[in-house]
Amino acid sequence: MSNTLLPKLYKTMKRIRTFEERVSELFIKGESAGTMLHLSIGEELGPACVGTAMQENDTFTTHHRGHGIFVARGGDPNRMLAEIAGKKDGYCKGKGGSMHIADMTLGHLGANAIVGGGIPTVVGAAMSYKYLKQERVSVAFFGDGAMQQGILYESMNMASLWKLPVVFCCINNQYGMGTKIENAVGVKDFSKRAESFGLNTLHVNDLDVESAYHKSKEIIDSARKFKPGFIEIECYRFYGHARMDKSPYRDESEESEKRKLDPISFASNQMIKNNILDEADIKKIDNDIMIEMDKAMEFAINSPINDETEIFKDVYSENDPLPVSLDEKINKILNN
Amino acid sequence: MSDLNKNYFEKITYRDALRLAMHDAMQEDKNIIIMGEDVANYGGAYGATKDLLKLFGKERVIDTPISEPAIVGAAVGAAMSGLRPVAELMYVDFFGMSMDQIANQLAKIRYMFGGQISAPMVLRTQGGTGRSGGAQHSQSLESWIMHTPGLFLSMPAKPNDAYHLLRHALKIDNPTIFIEHKLLYNTTGTLDKNDIGAPFGKANILRKGKDVSIISYSRMINYAEKAAEILEKENISAEVIDLRTLYPLDRETIITSVNKTKRALVLSESYYTSSVPSEITSIIFENCYKVLKKPVIRYTAEDTPVPVAPNLEKNYIPTIEKIVEYTKKVCN
Repeated sequence: MSNTLLPKLYKTMKRIRTFEERVSELFIKGESAGTMLHLSIGEELGPACVGTAMQENDTFTTHHRGHGIFVARGGDPNRMLAEIAGKKDGYCKGKGGSMHIADMTLGHLGANAIVGGGIPTVVGAAMSYKYLKQERVSVAFFGDGAMQQGILYESMNMASLWKLPVVFCCINNQYGMGTKIENAVGVKDFSKRAESFGLNTLHVNDLDVESAYHKSKEIIDSARKFKPGFIEIECYRFYGHARMDKSPYRDESEESEKRKLDPISFASNQMIKNNILDEADIKKIDNDIMIEMDKAMEFAINSPINDETEIFKDVYSENDPLPVSLDEKINKILNN
Repeated sequence: MSDLNKNYFEKITYRDALRLAMHDAMQEDKNIIIMGEDVANYGGAYGATKDLLKLFGKERVIDTPISEPAIVGAAVGAAMSGLRPVAELMYVDFFGMSMDQIANQLAKIRYMFGGQISAPMVLRTQGGTGRSGGAQHSQSLESWIMHTPGLFLSMPAKPNDAYHLLRHALKIDNPTIFIEHKLLYNTTGTLDKNDIGAPFGKANILRKGKDVSIISYSRMINYAEKAAEILEKENISAEVIDLRTLYPLDRETIITSVNKTKRALVLSESYYTSSVPSEITSIIFENCYKVLKKPVIRYTAEDTPVPVAPNLEKNYIPTIEKIVEYTKKVCN
């Protein structure tokens, strides 16, 4: 095994967690746009292993809990946090917010606030790549909640039927908002569902990010050869559904027990045990990340807000006239 | 809900008025069930079904998977087969996924099947801006429903109306879409259970006036009332009409009011184009054109998706200042 891979995966996971902590801080400081902020703390393994196994030109969509995936795919924390703050320098000019971060230059085809909403997008993206003879894979990231959306199965069937370079990646954090997975499904074996569509499947249910990386890479490489796949990564959502949710629907004992299943401390221990990095090296990595994310938070806070004309931009193509504002419409009528 | 048995509440939140309505209806009618995402254990994303699981058990208060089309569709089937479901869609934006079940199934069951059967159910949901929820969690989509024959549509602004309209919806033989507003849940008002209540199709004149009619519904009613107070200080007497239900729609109250004031402003958080305000404006033109002194003004949200940035979101919907400004111009 390579001794640079694990530090790389560790660093990605740590960057995700530190980023999410800054999102939370942004909220506490009253600088976030609203409270619909869905943190992926505890879920870093999936984005790190799948995100790293994807190639540079590959694309993806995410669910509402998608910050971590984009961090893993090279998202700029400055612009991400500015978006979450609803500011001008954000990826979507502050108009999309936490649940709609997107960046076409990095292959992020969009985060979505509709459960399952972004899944068929990757089917269409893969149709294009196949037709245009581009060697690219498109990956849909979604939660266990979306496993109960019909559109997932419509998409799986198309991917299978048309042999598309697609991977469906379920980050199973055990909860759909406040509903435990056991209370949402008749049969919990998600791989079986995917197998029935003829997809390659992978079920990850441990904390070994390095091994998850290698297995994910096989699925993605195989998708590149037109054999679509399904990956399920089991993990635990350490905190509430959104920033305001204190998780009254689950016991504190469950939470403290499950939070021990931490992929980041597992990776850190593995590195020390196998003499890949020592504690001082890891501390240095953590510290650099902290500085990076602190700067990003400052950047977001200091980023300017948009003026009101921004409301009317991006509704139609830039060659088309902007929608007429109500103020203009109404005053025109009244001044007649 | 410790004082469930009281009949008069000096102060009750909109949220609790809805909870109480479901509670009282479920006590009266054993066939009422509640189903939706996180309605049972969590008590609803906005708390409107809190504690109902404890009181009525998991046979009647049911957490569903995140499967919106099937939530609505299963409620339709249950309503056709002896139950009276209250289905909840967490956000009105989820009409996007469930519109087939709402518009092609629920709304048409009675008519297509020649009146053999109806689907007496309530679909509760909430919409509107105010929480930086963005383009997919902040819309006002009531016109989709109003555009679909076969559905009753209720959008109360006041706790008393929320209680009585929901109780009424759970007694009638028509499917009702009940759209709440995310910023109304914490608002308060009085509730009189003995009130004959808001019947469907009867608007409420919240404030009598002679110079202009401000016609609205849902959260914008509270804006209209505040604007009317400001206008009064400037010697403009505004009549504020709370429509409460959009189907059936109280055309008479609208027409009578505008025939009296000869001026009207229709206020809503929905879009400007092809919307509920468009419809109401048409009704006013058709019926009051002989007396109108000024064009009827539709003051709505902008015809764009909802932006997340708080400063943009705030100016995306009507503001009290602008309501005052436009009303003054209408009265000029």
